[in-house]
Amino acid sequence: MKGEASDLVKITGIPASGETADEATRRRFLELMGASISLATGAGCTRPPTDFLMPYSSDPPENVIPGRPKYYATAAVMNGIAEGVIVESHLGRPTKVEGNGQHPASLGATSVHSQACVLDLYDPTRAKEILYKNQISSWESFIVEFQRVFEAIREARGRGLSILTETVVSPTLAAQLSRLSMELPEARWHQYDPAGPHSARAGAMTAFGRYVNTYFRLDRADVILSLDSDFLAIGQASTRYAHDFAFGRRVRGTNTRMNRLYAVESSLTATGGKADHRLALKYSEIGRFAAELAAAIGTPGIAAAGNQFATWTGPLSRDLMAHRGASAILAGETQSPALHALAHAMNATLRNVGTTVIYTDPLEARPEDQIASLHQLVDDLESGSVRMLLILGGNPVYNSPADVEFAAALDKAPLSIHLGLHADETSRAAHWHVPESHFLETWGDARAYEGTITIMQPLIEPLYNSHSAIEFIDLFFQIPGWNGQRIVRNYWMANSKAPNFEHWWRESVGRGLIANSALPEIAPALRPIDTSSLVQEANAQGLELVFRPDPFLYDGRFASNAWLQELPKNMTKLTWDNAVHVSPRTAKRLNLKPQHVVEIRFRSRTVKGSVWISPGSADDTVTIHLGYGRRYAGVVGNGAGFDAYLIRPSDAMWHGSGAELHPTGETYPLATTQMELSMEGRTIIISKPIDTYRTDPDFVRRINPEPAENETLNPQWSFTGYSWGMAIDQTACVNCSACVIACQAENNIPVVGKLQELFHRDMKWLRVDVYFTGDDEHPKFSYQPVPCMQCENAPCELVCPVQATVHSSDGLNDMVYNRCVGTRYCSNNCPYKVRRFNFLLYSDWYTEQLKMQKNPDVTVRSRGVMEKCTYCVQRIREAEIRARNENRYIRDGEIQTACQQVCPTGAIIFGDINNPDTEVSRLKREKLNYSLLAELNTRPHTTYLAELRNPNTEMPA
Amino acid sequence: MRVAERQQQTARPILPVERTDLPLVAPGVTFRSLTGRVVANVLQPDVPLFWFWCYLAAIAAACVFSTALAIVLDVGIGVMGNNIPVAWVFPIANYVWWIEIAVGGSLLSSILRLTNQGWRSSINRIAESVTLAGIVCAGLFPIIHLGRSWVAYWTLPYPNTMIIQPNFRSPLVWDVFGIGTYALASVLFWYMDLLPDLATMRDHATSRISYFLYGLLSLGWSGASHHWRLHERAGLLLAGILTPLVFTVHTVVSFDFCISLVPGWHSTIFPPYFVTGAILAGISMVALMTTWVRSSFRLTSIITERHLNNLSKLILTTSVIMAYVYVFEPFINWYSGNYFDIYSTYVRSAGNFAWTYWAFILLGLGVPQLLWWKKNRITPRRLFVIALLIVIGMWLERYMLMVTSLSRDYLPSYWANFAATGADNALLYGSIGLFLCIFLLLIRALPMIPMYEIRMLLPLSKPGGGSVK
Repeated sequence: MKGEASDLVKITGIPASGETADEATRRRFLELMGASISLATGAGCTRPPTDFLMPYSSDPPENVIPGRPKYYATAAVMNGIAEGVIVESHLGRPTKVEGNGQHPASLGATSVHSQACVLDLYDPTRAKEILYKNQISSWESFIVEFQRVFEAIREARGRGLSILTETVVSPTLAAQLSRLSMELPEARWHQYDPAGPHSARAGAMTAFGRYVNTYFRLDRADVILSLDSDFLAIGQASTRYAHDFAFGRRVRGTNTRMNRLYAVESSLTATGGKADHRLALKYSEIGRFAAELAAAIGTPGIAAAGNQFATWTGPLSRDLMAHRGASAILAGETQSPALHALAHAMNATLRNVGTTVIYTDPLEARPEDQIASLHQLVDDLESGSVRMLLILGGNPVYNSPADVEFAAALDKAPLSIHLGLHADETSRAAHWHVPESHFLETWGDARAYEGTITIMQPLIEPLYNSHSAIEFIDLFFQIPGWNGQRIVRNYWMANSKAPNFEHWWRESVGRGLIANSALPEIAPALRPIDTSSLVQEANAQGLELVFRPDPFLYDGRFASNAWLQELPKNMTKLTWDNAVHVSPRTAKRLNLKPQHVVEIRFRSRTVKGSVWISPGSADDTVTIHLGYGRRYAGVVGNGAGFDAYLIRPSDAMWHGSGAELHPTGETYPLATTQMELSMEGRTIIISKPIDTYRTDPDFVRRINPEPAENETLNPQWSFTGYSWGMAIDQTACVNCSACVIACQAENNIPVVGKLQELFHRDMKWLRVDVYFTGDDEHPKFSYQPVPCMQCENAPCELVCPVQATVHSSDGLNDMVYNRCVGTRYCSNNCPYKVRRFNFLLYSDWYTEQLKMQKNPDVTVRSRGVMEKCTYCVQRIREAEIRARNENRYIRDGEIQTACQQVCPTGAIIFGDINNPDTEVSRLKREKLNYSLLAELNTRPHTTYLAELRNPNTEMPA
Repeated sequence: MRVAERQQQTARPILPVERTDLPLVAPGVTFRSLTGRVVANVLQPDVPLFWFWCYLAAIAAACVFSTALAIVLDVGIGVMGNNIPVAWVFPIANYVWWIEIAVGGSLLSSILRLTNQGWRSSINRIAESVTLAGIVCAGLFPIIHLGRSWVAYWTLPYPNTMIIQPNFRSPLVWDVFGIGTYALASVLFWYMDLLPDLATMRDHATSRISYFLYGLLSLGWSGASHHWRLHERAGLLLAGILTPLVFTVHTVVSFDFCISLVPGWHSTIFPPYFVTGAILAGISMVALMTTWVRSSFRLTSIITERHLNNLSKLILTTSVIMAYVYVFEPFINWYSGNYFDIYSTYVRSAGNFAWTYWAFILLGLGVPQLLWWKKNRITPRRLFVIALLIVIGMWLERYMLMVTSLSRDYLPSYWANFAATGADNALLYGSIGLFLCIFLLLIRALPMIPMYEIRMLLPLSKPGGGSVK
């Protein structure tokens, strides 16, 4: 089958970017898809092996109706941890990822990364061919070379074989690796993830003497303390955490229960911005803070270490102790192991273990100190004892610590093979590069943050000559006719223990998870905690350097994803670059100006970056994000930002003191989509303490009175059928930006590039605005997602000379692309500035792969026309047709806009506001509901629920 | 001279003619010398050197314009600096500026004609040439500005199978009609006014081609009293039509702004404010071109200091009205108590583009005050510089109106700045080249002085005129 597929690929070879590479065409897709769907079983959710290919055009397969998408469950994986997703497929093209409502990590929502992964699949710069020393080679030549070296290794019982993987969680891959170590006991397996939970692992080891997996049940927590943890935005459990967090502060009517979030952090994160109380502390002081707090709550074995932060730890400890068993203390991945251990101890003291804090066995197949593992590998390479190095995924040449000379060591290996999605830095340094299949092209399995297993199924045959890690490892076992499905299926046939395997298989694959596969709770015994290192650290002098994973590019693996590159960073709204973040006071002290280039000197290594002043950063702290400065990440990733790995030593993976900043006198422009963070005293986001609402629930009406209905000369709209509307709960929004990417994927929104972003020509229909109030030292942040307001008295409709934007009978403000001549008057007249203009031909009309990603239900806009949020009108129309065929009204919740569907916190609610019984109508009757810029009498159909905070009155203001 | 003046007064006692010691036509000008002087400038075979160099420079600038235009049409209007929120800048500022410049000629040929301001005759043709060239430039920019210029005709109500009509609620559609009517009336007036002079040109033609062409264009004008009567009647009629147009066209242009709800635009003062601004810019441009043509073509005997004096007074008057607007607008914004309006005043005077505001205050309101001194009014060089500064100031004002309001509107999250690109500048400066090109061609190919009108001013044409000097 493989051979046939490859032959088909070769029907149309299109040379791209200097390489002669085969690119799939739409026709090939239909052919392959026809084959795969025609063989699909009745359940429609699984995809058995395709043993032959059949053209779609001659014999349409059963169950496929053109124009009606199909949905398949699988999982998006990062650091080995899964988030369950459902992927929409149009005639065999996966186009959009949605959350899997049954999956514990998703509950129907997804992270930004899962949303964006579909673009990775179609990335035109993905690796397409096997490379030998950066020249196109063939699979046959590779096998010859592989066998030659492997024969010798096999005879030496694996001596000389080293495998470097990212964190392995997949049961199938783990089984393969353990079988390999049985067959080749001398072979070595190393793991390295640059931004993985190294501290959490080491912290668990310190606290319990063993590795454990920790997760939180924030739905049971009334008081949450984040110690530098960006749990709402980063990590494979963030979607679930955001969901649980937001549902703990869902104020409706007289239900005013609200959890409380404290955040102590060195850099500004989305989680900190959401906190009811936020304290910006130098990285090194957070340890002391935690130690003082631990003493204050009476953690056994912790002596009072001082009361430097008594104004905070006093009321905080009282609040925590008042909520024993219903509080949670989360230590950030970037904090030290000692702090993680202390957090475990504090959670135990607060009796949170088993209620809000759950321990299980580790998810990883082999938890270990990955830094040590990488050091070991490099030592082996240096000593010449490695004859074959196999790098399965990852990009260690780019992202290994600065003191680990991985690239130099790699040169010493007689044979190095890199399996990767892109021909990246490591591929260029290795002898062989083998293209890796995207997870939407392969079979596999993975565990969620609490252990639930998903069997991942492909949505599409591999676009290129690529293989998955599971398929690749099978090379060692010499099984003829290997393919991913057979390997995964065989593993589960042996391990599922199901009485009826076929039934179990279909059910598990189809649902996207294996029922009851979550890891059981354990109760590890706590060891005595030593806080001396934490307290000592606080005495550090000079500037502190903090490394953080980028919220969107993460460790750099998404650098070639244009959607994520252009997604405005959740707090700074920067696009296409990382920056050197410093607080306003530090910037003033060091005389730093935004967008001026500084040289960061850290332990005799240097890197240059552009300064960005972030209110909310701790003083004397320099925050830089990983994932930028890629050299071989395709046209999208190359040249964006600077490479923080260059100065990141393995003994200071997340922070170190003694950094120096030296202005270079150069400037480097940074593109931000939001220049002004202040509300300028205008009523934009109404934010009040919950107590205000409890005593005076009508405060919103008073602050922001709605104009009377008759305050217009124009006739009123009356809606006889549906009238679509949206309510956005600003208390729930945690600024994860998943809605922005979901909108982009659903509505074929183009990316424009950094230059156009500098011109302020962003195209995203939905944006999440961040405002801060208060002074630079104590800023309070609020988030506001802004889609089109679909005004009834729409200012844009009035001024369009050609009636290209008109009102629909169901309350939408329609945009007629064909009719638009591009006067941009509508944008001038839009007080919310939600209209976007194609100043140039931004949509990619030519790249074959990108055509396949497009949503066929949405027009791909050309140059010179205006566009804007449509409330996902294609989804409305689809539901309308369905309802009409079934002779019924559209049910509440039947239509979800893309932003609503992906939102983990349920902050966006859409529905018919002409029907008083819908969820959105109920929200609009809430006393917190208000219209943005109500005084303009635009009568928007998108309204906001005022943000409520839950401050502790005992805390310092 | 006084006799002639008094006679004029008795002949047309509609409005008192200004009393001045400056003569309208220099002493010694006769029918023959007048015609000879004007006709020679047109038909003389050798191109005057200064005209040649000016025309070359103008053509070069016009080439820049057309190149930039080609790039904009081919690549997209993204080569200009516009963005969201600042979606209108250079093309619209240029458009408003050129349409303002155009109004100078219309004012002279309509209102001043109806009110019998005899002094306007000598400079009328120059002013109308400014109008024509200005309208061409002004008409191009709204089309260049469109995202899809090739479908600009969709703004017109024309029969089509889809039965889609333009949105008559949109000020941009009013604009299409406003500018269209104005352009049509201006061209008609200009041509009608040209007829007797075209006949003179025909009669003085030195070559068969020019004889044929001028003959064709003069539509068989024979100077019969019947022709003159019709001509006079048509002139009055068109002047009557053009008079309200001078006001409506700029009112409609101002609607583009004040109908919208952008803070700083949404103001009822805009129509009179735009009309005044237009007259200021238009008359300044006429003064600029008049002083230039006057000295270049040695027309000092026909365009006298009195003309310069009167133009200067017009400029001075409108600048004072403008100043009043600039005092009153912040007051109304403050008095309204509307936060956004107050903020827009603040942004203009102290925001990111405050320099444009103060530059306009200096150039558009401050510089004209120099005209309180008579020496500045009648010295051509001084007037030239002053008028040039005012014209520049008026462009800055339009630019200021765009950027200050659009870059700082309702939601601070979507505030942005604007930076002009090469295409923006090329189109602006190139359009000046285009303007000069048209203007220079007009004054070369057609009599730049309305001979028939001047003849009427000469003492010879008055009863007993032969006795005066």
